[in-house]
Amino acid sequence: MIYWKIFMANFVPNILGYGGGPAIIPLLEHEVVGRYGWFTTNEFSEMVALGNGLPGPIATKMAAYIGYDQGGVLGAVIGLFGTVAPSMILMLALLGILMKYKSSLKVQRLAQYVRPAIAVLLGVMAFDFFFNSYEGTGIWHTIILGVVSFLLLQKFKVNPVYVVLGALVYGGVLLGS
Amino acid sequence: MATKREIFMVFFRAGMLGFGGGLSAIPLMHREVVTAKSWMDDEEFGDILALANTLPGPINTKLSGYIGWRLKGFWGMVVGISATIFPTAILMILLLTVLNAFKDKPWVQGMAQGVIPVAGVMIGVLAWDFVWKSKKSMGWTRSIVLIVFSVIIMLILGIHPAILILMLILGALLSPSKKREEQVDK
Repeated sequence: MIYWKIFMANFVPNILGYGGGPAIIPLLEHEVVGRYGWFTTNEFSEMVALGNGLPGPIATKMAAYIGYDQGGVLGAVIGLFGTVAPSMILMLALLGILMKYKSSLKVQRLAQYVRPAIAVLLGVMAFDFFFNSYEGTGIWHTIILGVVSFLLLQKFKVNPVYVVLGALVYGGVLLGS
Repeated sequence: MATKREIFMVFFRAGMLGFGGGLSAIPLMHREVVTAKSWMDDEEFGDILALANTLPGPINTKLSGYIGWRLKGFWGMVVGISATIFPTAILMILLLTVLNAFKDKPWVQGMAQGVIPVAGVMIGVLAWDFVWKSKKSMGWTRSIVLIVFSVIIMLILGIHPAILILMLILGALLSPSKKREEQVDK
C-alpha cells in the first residue's frame, strides 16, 4: 500500500539520520530514488536545491513533497508524520534517561560514530549530482554553475534563495534548448 | 503563561525566517523563546538542544515539539510542530507542482538542469561539514578509519547504509570508553 510505503520511506532515514536534516537527505535518496524508484537522481537534486532555497527545515519539506507526489494531501501528511513522529516520541519517552546520561560518553559517541558514514553518503551524492549535470549540460555549464554558486554561498554568504533563483534564470535562458 | 497562538507565532516566525536548512532557525528560536518570551532559561534551552542533537531526525521539530509540550502539553506540541513544518511544506509543494506542470517546456527543463550543480555544491559543503565535525570530535586518524570503513561497506560491498549505521551505533554502545575521548563535542 502506497501510504505504508510513504511512511516507511520517511521513517527509516529519520530514525537513522544522526545530525539533523542534512544527514537524512542521502538516506532519503536511497529510499525514494534507489529502493522505490519514485524519482530520478535529477528530480531529487531539484528537490534538494529548491528545498534549500525555501526557508524552514529541509527534511520536512522533502517529506511533504515526496508524500504529496505519491499520495496527495494525505500522502504529504503521512510523509511528515513519518519524519517527525519517531524522533519526537523517542525524545519524550527517553527524556528522563537521556537527561541523566547526556554527558555520558556512549550517548555522545552515537552521533560521533555515525557522522563519518553520513559524510561519505553526502560526498557520493554530491558527486552524483555533478556527474548528472555533466552528462546533461556538459562540463562548462557544470563548472560555471558549481564554482559561482560555491563562491556566492560560502565566500559571500549570499542567501540561498537568490543563488537558487539565479541558477533557475541561468538554466532557463542558457540551458533550455 | 504562553497561549497556543503565541506558540504558533514563535515557531512560525523562526521557521519562515530560517533560510538554508533547519540549523539557521535555532538561534531565531533561542531569541524568541529565551530572550523575548522568557519561556525558559538559557541552560534549559541548551539542554533541550543537546538532547535533540543526540537523537536522530530533524532537530527543529524536536525543539519546537518539546518546547510546545512543556508549555501546553500534547496540543502545545502539535501546534509547535505544525508551525515549524506546514507553512514551508505547503510552499515546497506549490513550487514543485507549478514547476512540474510546465515540465515539457524546454526553458523549464533548462531551469531544472541549472539547479543540479547548485544542489551538488550544497550537498558537497554539507559533506565537508560532517568530515570537519568528525575531525573535531575524534581526530583525523579515527575519522579517516571510519570514513574508509564506510566507503568499503557501502561502495565496495554495496551494503545498505541502514545496516552500516546500525553497525556504527552498536560499535558506539559496545566499545569500551577510553579516557582520552573525554574532550568530546562542544
